Amino acid sequence: MIDYLSILLYVQIGLASVCMYRIIRGPTIPDRMVGIDIFGILVVGICAIISIQTEKSFILDIGIAWIILSFIGTLTLAKYLTGKKLNE
Amino acid sequence: MNTVSLIFITIGILFNLLGCIGIIRLPDTYNRLQAATKCVTLGCCSILLGVCFHFGFSDAAVKALVAIPILFFTSTVAAHALIRGTYHFGIKLGKKSVRDDYKEAVK
Repeated sequence: MIDYLSILLYVQIGLASVCMYRIIRGPTIPDRMVGIDIFGILVVGICAIISIQTEKSFILDIGIAWIILSFIGTLTLAKYLTGKKLNE
Repeated sequence: MNTVSLIFITIGILFNLLGCIGIIRLPDTYNRLQAATKCVTLGCCSILLGVCFHFGFSDAAVKALVAIPILFFTSTVAAHALIRGTYHFGIKLGKKSVRDDYKEAVK
């Protein structure tokens, strides 16, 4: 029997795969970057739901680290889009 | 498993669903980023609040509470930087957009 929380977890994983559609299909480069940014936020929700299912708290640490790495990655890509060097 | 945390997680997933519909259906890069960032940030903050209510007074609840402001600030700042970079990259607004105030601000 599948409980209610597993259904919510599968829905969240499905929404992350919807973002993969925009990453693969996006017409321009900024569209793909938007997809990567939103995908990084959705993974944090997946980590939170898995931490309830397994009753372990270290998975939330993975979520926090993922937020910060996604932030640094998105800022780097945005800096690349403006056409400047990274130390300007 | 208590009911309050399930209610918060369900609300968060509904917000995430609306954001992902926006990222598929909207016609323009700026519209997509605006819809997706707002909805998905609020949805994941609601999920983390539900996790905090589930664990009660323990270390996992503190971790979830710390993750909420980090997620809130970093995702909005990243979206602002990304949309500024997109404008300077030369992507035009959509056909139905009627107003572009940033064009005068750049000059």
